[in-house]
Amino acid sequence: MKEARINELYFRDFDKPLSRDRRDFLKKLGNGIIIIFSIGELGILNGCSFGKGGEEDDFNAYLRIKEDGRVDCFTGKIEMGQGVITSIAQVLAEELDVPLSQVDMIMGDTEICPYDAGTWGSMTTRFFDPVLRAAAAEARMVLIELAAEHLKVDKEQLKAAEGVVFLTSDPKKKVDYATLTKGKKIVRKPSGEAHQKTPDEFRIIGKPVISLDAEIKVRGVAKYSGDIRLPGMKYARIKRPPSHGSKLVSMDGSAIEGMEGVELFQDGDFIFVLHDNPENAGQAIARVKAEWEVPESKANDQTIFDYIKKTATDAEVFEEGGNLETGRSQADVVVEEEYFDGYKAHASIETHTATAEFKDGKLTMWASSQTPFGTRQAISDTFKIPLDKVHMKQIFLGGGFGGKIYNQQAIEAARIAIMTQKPVQLIWTRQEEFMYDMFRSAAVMKAMSGVDKNGKMTMWEYDIYCAGSRGCNLFYEVPNNRTRTLNKEGLHPFGTGAWRAPGNSTTTFARESHIDITAHRAGIDPVEFRLNNMKEPRMKRTLELAAKTFGWEPGVTPSGRGVGVALGFDAGTYVAIIAQVEVDKNTGKVQPVRIVCAQDMGQVVNPHGAAIQTEGGITMGLGYALSEDVVFDWGKVNTSNFDDYEITRFATTPVIEAVFIDDMNSAPQGGGEPAIICVGGAIANAVFDACGARVFQVPITPERILAALEI
Amino acid sequence: MKKTIQFTFNNKPTTLEVEDNQTLLWVIRTSLNMTGTKYGCGFGHCGSCTVLVDKEPTRTCLTMADFVEGKNVLTIEGLARNGELHPVQKAFVEHDALQCGFCTPGMIVNAIGLLYRNPEPTRQEIIDGMHENLCRCGSYGRILDAIQSASKEMKGGKWL
Ligand code: FES
Ligand code: FES
Repeated sequence: MKEARINELYFRDFDKPLSRDRRDFLKKLGNGIIIIFSIGELGILNGCSFGKGGEEDDFNAYLRIKEDGRVDCFTGKIEMGQGVITSIAQVLAEELDVPLSQVDMIMGDTEICPYDAGTWGSMTTRFFDPVLRAAAAEARMVLIELAAEHLKVDKEQLKAAEGVVFLTSDPKKKVDYATLTKGKKIVRKPSGEAHQKTPDEFRIIGKPVISLDAEIKVRGVAKYSGDIRLPGMKYARIKRPPSHGSKLVSMDGSAIEGMEGVELFQDGDFIFVLHDNPENAGQAIARVKAEWEVPESKANDQTIFDYIKKTATDAEVFEEGGNLETGRSQADVVVEEEYFDGYKAHASIETHTATAEFKDGKLTMWASSQTPFGTRQAISDTFKIPLDKVHMKQIFLGGGFGGKIYNQQAIEAARIAIMTQKPVQLIWTRQEEFMYDMFRSAAVMKAMSGVDKNGKMTMWEYDIYCAGSRGCNLFYEVPNNRTRTLNKEGLHPFGTGAWRAPGNSTTTFARESHIDITAHRAGIDPVEFRLNNMKEPRMKRTLELAAKTFGWEPGVTPSGRGVGVALGFDAGTYVAIIAQVEVDKNTGKVQPVRIVCAQDMGQVVNPHGAAIQTEGGITMGLGYALSEDVVFDWGKVNTSNFDDYEITRFATTPVIEAVFIDDMNSAPQGGGEPAIICVGGAIANAVFDACGARVFQVPITPERILAALEI
Repeated sequence: MKKTIQFTFNNKPTTLEVEDNQTLLWVIRTSLNMTGTKYGCGFGHCGSCTVLVDKEPTRTCLTMADFVEGKNVLTIEGLARNGELHPVQKAFVEHDALQCGFCTPGMIVNAIGLLYRNPEPTRQEIIDGMHENLCRCGSYGRILDAIQSASKEMKGGKWL
């Protein structure tokens, strides 16, 4: 088939006439074989595109085989350490039959990458990969068709591997992708006819590979938002109020008059300075005097839990079955407790940063954002700039964990760039990062459980204040149950939001603590108790794998061994963690010794990457379990740096073993978030097993352990 | 006040005009335009801004620029030789001892400083020596493995 013919076919295939922008877009991509499709049509991505219609999700390129045989992979996802730069490239290389080293990842550039609602919720593997596989399979089919023409044989006789198409009967008769692509521009939509590999055909998916971005990162040349330098760029610093909800009363900038090169700007409450040097900008903003009216305090980190219980009155039943009264009357033992969790920060080592330039009516931005398309939209809405005049560029992120879904810094930088008509960079200080983080919400959980003489649970009543219901479908078999969420809009003194597996660490801590207490009261080994009351078979086999890997020996708590278990469900993945700790009874200090984490995440695309994510999640999780807590008095966040917000360090990190239920035939599930949810519960239960101290609040600090021991 | 300082920066003699209230961190990141050295906290708590000054791991956010007058400064970009990665860099790649990579330059530089002082540290000595470097992504276990294997690799002192 001639090139012109293929193109003609393609244009006929296309259901809508191309707008000029689209032609423009294709021109921008250059020559090669390009696979595009509309998300709406395939419907596969609906889970993570907000389902909005129109141009945005109508027309997307997923890959381009370039004339030199290298492949561009376009994705709206961003790389923030979760390894999708590698796992996505693996998926593409697998289905297209090219070496991994031949794939170039183009990520998060809003002008050329497919629309994407954001990198969060462990959705990349579940929702993006299937689309990319379809695109890659189609591209391989095109290549085989071209090769058939080139080699003058039937396409049925050909096979592709390692960037080459060859004759199955005579592998020496071959042609590489570069030759086939040279001088061509072929645009295709997936026909659905291309063969997609089955797991037994995989050569790359499932194999451990070294991260594609590791080398540039160890050389220190990977570019993050703050590493961008534009000609004439200024550094911006904003005057911050002492507290959320403050109102500006007066401002006096006289102290910076005469400071060389400092420019001061004000737009209502928004006051900032610019300078060529970030430190001078910092010194200048400190000298600007501002008076603020600060709102009255309604709660602080000590009183917040009572405040939440009083205020969060909007109740909603999440799940319900049987009759709680019946369950209670059947119970031999009834356990009722309350659990607490304070606000937690994301605390990425890279603070929120944005570099922006506004030129000829167009805003170009490099922002540390988990949602480049969302940020583009927000900037467009805020400043009334057409969407196609806002361009978010590809950048690495120095951690995200849900904290960079929100992009206040990007809006601020855009505002400054537009106001001053200068290229600017805004790097939040660590203190600003703690102040404007969208914290994981403080929460209260009330749990009541009943268990009969045979160790079977008869009732489960669970009220969740301010932590949501993610992962809260009961996987235990309890005939009489009710789970409710209680919230109130605008309750919190500052922003709260998604924190790695939102809400699920909090509710899993409470549920698994409570299950342990129930097992203890019934005098049954905690693993046995859970297995005895298990509804979900996949959860059961995950727990069994964890217990086997750990070498769990049954016992009744507190056994003095310091072992604890917790189970959870997140993003389609079943998690079981068994932790072992040492507790110093004199100081209350906890030393995690060993953590085994078993997960059933369906097909594991990159087991090596999944292990790294699991270790990372557990290590991060030890922070909320043992030491992290935001200190505040209403809108005034007193936590300001890492010396008063203790995250996990080298010394706290135990030996971590990640094991997976091997299930290549089921759909891949989320891997970046789930492990973290069980850390708090497993540690709480291990602490109790070690010394008999039951702590009902994370973090499980030495003070709380000592207080619990005194009771 | 401005002053002129002379020092060796990534193996090159360098003369630079600095303000006396400027920290080394921002001089490196702006005037010298080497952005591998990262800002993480500005108060010496995280270690992502670490460079070697006369082989000593140094928190540049707490160090005034003129401190390096006459000294030898090595940043993450200056570690490779003729393009070949330093054994510690190589070990970080091989052990996948990084995720987002933001703490990585500081980790590598601090580890090299540690190995200068103690070429064959025990695991506990590495933990103690790295205690003040923070990694939110939780790569600690792999970083420990990487440093241990690099220390074996470096036996004989080729890179020290
Ligand atoms: S930026 Fe220097 S120690 Fe954190
Ligand atoms: S790799 Fe992200 S902070 Fe260490």
